[in-house]
Amino acid sequence: MSDQEYIPKSKAAKWFNDRLPLLTLGAHLTDYPTPKNLNYWWTFGGILTFCLLTQIITGIVLAMHYVAHADLAFASVEHIMRNVNYGWLIRYIHSNGASMFFLAVYIHIFRSLFYGSYKSPREVIWIIGLLIYLLMMATAFMGYVLPWGQMSFWGATVITSLFSAIPLVGESITTWLWGAYSVDNPTLNRFFSLHYLFPFLILGLVVLHIWALHVPGNNNPIGIDIKKPSKDTVPFHPYITIKDAFALLMFMIIFAGFVFFSPNVLGHSDNYIPANPLVTPAHIVPEWYLLPFYAILRSVPDKLGGVILMFGSIFILFVLPWLDTSKVRSAVFRPIYRNFYWIFIVDVLMLGYMGAMPAEGIYLVLARVGTIYYFLHFIVVLPVVGLLEKTDPVPMSISEPVLSGGANPSLAKKDNDKI
Amino acid sequence: MIKFNSKKLLISIFVILIFTKPILSAENNDLLKVNWSFKELTGKFDRASLQRGFQVYKEVCSSCHSMQYLSYRNLGEPGGPEFTLEEVKAIAASVEIDDGPDSQGEMFTRPGKPSDKFKSPYPNVEASTAANGGAYPPDMSVLVKARPGGADYMYSVLMGYEDPPAGMKLDDGVYYNKYMIGKKIKMSAPLLEGIVEYADGTEASVDQMAKDVTTFLAWAAEPELEIRHKTGIKVIIYLILLTILVYLSMKKIWSRIDSEI
Amino acid sequence: MSKEEKKVNRRDFLYTASYTVGAVGLGAVVWPLVHQMNPDKAQQALATTEVDISQVEPGKSITVLWRGKPVFLKRRTPEEIAEARSVSLNDLPDPQKDEDRVKKGRDEWLVMLGVCTHLGCVPLKDKGDYKGWFCPCHGSHYDLSGRIRKGPAPTNMEIPKFEFVDNNTIKIG
Repeated sequence: MSDQEYIPKSKAAKWFNDRLPLLTLGAHLTDYPTPKNLNYWWTFGGILTFCLLTQIITGIVLAMHYVAHADLAFASVEHIMRNVNYGWLIRYIHSNGASMFFLAVYIHIFRSLFYGSYKSPREVIWIIGLLIYLLMMATAFMGYVLPWGQMSFWGATVITSLFSAIPLVGESITTWLWGAYSVDNPTLNRFFSLHYLFPFLILGLVVLHIWALHVPGNNNPIGIDIKKPSKDTVPFHPYITIKDAFALLMFMIIFAGFVFFSPNVLGHSDNYIPANPLVTPAHIVPEWYLLPFYAILRSVPDKLGGVILMFGSIFILFVLPWLDTSKVRSAVFRPIYRNFYWIFIVDVLMLGYMGAMPAEGIYLVLARVGTIYYFLHFIVVLPVVGLLEKTDPVPMSISEPVLSGGANPSLAKKDNDKI
Repeated sequence: MIKFNSKKLLISIFVILIFTKPILSAENNDLLKVNWSFKELTGKFDRASLQRGFQVYKEVCSSCHSMQYLSYRNLGEPGGPEFTLEEVKAIAASVEIDDGPDSQGEMFTRPGKPSDKFKSPYPNVEASTAANGGAYPPDMSVLVKARPGGADYMYSVLMGYEDPPAGMKLDDGVYYNKYMIGKKIKMSAPLLEGIVEYADGTEASVDQMAKDVTTFLAWAAEPELEIRHKTGIKVIIYLILLTILVYLSMKKIWSRIDSEI
Repeated sequence: MSKEEKKVNRRDFLYTASYTVGAVGLGAVVWPLVHQMNPDKAQQALATTEVDISQVEPGKSITVLWRGKPVFLKRRTPEEIAEARSVSLNDLPDPQKDEDRVKKGRDEWLVMLGVCTHLGCVPLKDKGDYKGWFCPCHGSHYDLSGRIRKGPAPTNMEIPKFEFVDNNTIKIG
């Protein structure tokens, strides 16, 4: 990192900082040179941190009142809603917070896809981010089980049964996950335990994610390497903090809109029916943020094949930095890729839509087309377009949007260094 | 220079929403729509209707349907039917509650107290199912939240009893209801003209009773609704105010940079 | 004031206003997070309890649970009352007349929180040097009026708010 040595002013501060350089860290975070052209799509990192902390704080509070027992869980949630002081507020923030968290993380991921933030030298940031995303999905899934409503129970049954598709050991693994011969009280109890644990793992990964980010520094909308600090950068505080704060407040207004005026619109009404192992709801639907994967799962007629494809659709993201062969990061200068990017977004949205529909007729056909295209995008489109595409000229620096030909970011960097 | 396609993204989301909405609500778009007083952003419950609705619940529904998550004290709490403390005590005392064991180890009954939960008509789900021809009358505490369509659905089912269309054969104890999922229901039409004599003199038409009891059930499912709406308005106004302040601060701060370019 | 200064003032005002309004909001968020740990509505509803005392013989006592703590209800014999009242206030670490610890006209009924004022243990009845209660935890002796006489407890056992609903019923709380 290119920070200058930070020397605290007071003696006491210096004494402390020599032993634990917290003040140096603070100074680094404050002065951290950030590209000055970051747009609002870059504010979602801060928003996600807010979401994580909100979920952890409200979650700790809910755990003070919740009872993780198959006979009492549903009643304890009603107790929270009816008796606990501000219990309804805290629970609705937590349940809607999960959705807001995923909304933000999807925007964050798709921003990265558009501006090529996953490309060298930021592959490790991207991979840590994907690990966070995987943990988020696991956490959200287990959290959804805790109220022990019909969707909790049957969602848990369906998702844990995915593992039974594994040859030979599948049945044993499923039984091991359940701790019983079906989803039952032991399952609920361990899900509660893990649901409490995982957010702290996420928090740890977030620290690594930010650490890894601070090594190369932020990507930016035009995707070029910039010199830090320079006239292309601004110190993180106050420039980026105030912008993040503004975006966060806008986000909170939408969040509050859900919490106070439509707290159940993102949930499923069946989850207000207590879990009943004898009756399956007509349509089992996961929460909206898992729908595209659910559509991929159901589009394969083979049990094991569906599970493999579903997990594959996430794991293929891990090798994305090496599938994308383009030398230019930002889609701003990639006219062909840009179109495929939007097609990909529509594809994912369509998959999400199909995931909510019954798996039959035209829905199934479209889900299959969507699934095939999903993989084609990564396996064919990205490598091929990267090689064949004629990119637009990339500017040398942010402050000088002079187009000097040459679509080579490494060239731009060299020139920049000379200045 | 950056023609970032936020517009396109928004359009895509919008298109998806347009597609999704009618389909998500497709199941219920033929429900009867009532302009409930608790619907809008500042919506509140109609107190008189809640009190009448409780009367309908008590005199009609409660003989089969439990409401196990409510307590009698809830009837006097703000945002609900707001019976007076004396009325709540009288309502609770009119119910025999099982209690015990006493110092001799015996179970006993005593008059209810406001802190007691609503007494269930049956000791357990199995007894309830057996007594109702194999169909469990669902607990009504959160019923409005547990059905797509919510209050409209509840009201529609109460109003949806008709003679079955020609050619439709119904088993004994099964009734035709055009709004029920599957159009068949094991509950006979519960509301009959004048089955309840309202304490406040309102005419007890089927429509009136259906509206009142639905209002009551909507409150039972969301007793926090009024305070939620009230708090929500304050929170959003606050957030907008702070957003404006932060926006202006941001403009000020960034003006230093823009002028340097 | 020059134009520059004006600009600076407006800036300062904006920042101060933003910070202030933001801090107010944070404060408002903290309250629900704190208040959720206070007794909830179901707990509050159990704040009073009614006790049937018709079966208690003179000289005997019963213990009931109120707000999660034991309450001693002792029906004292005239001799016990006389003994409790014969003590000089000067001999008491926490001077209080027996008359002030009972309801007027119902002097036989001693109703008190069965919690030692030292560190919260439950004293044993009919034990100790003063025929009243004795706390086994750290050896505090209470007399027939529930007053501390010997040991580390600083004050007499607490009298909760209570009233006689009728001759056979006491409402605590």
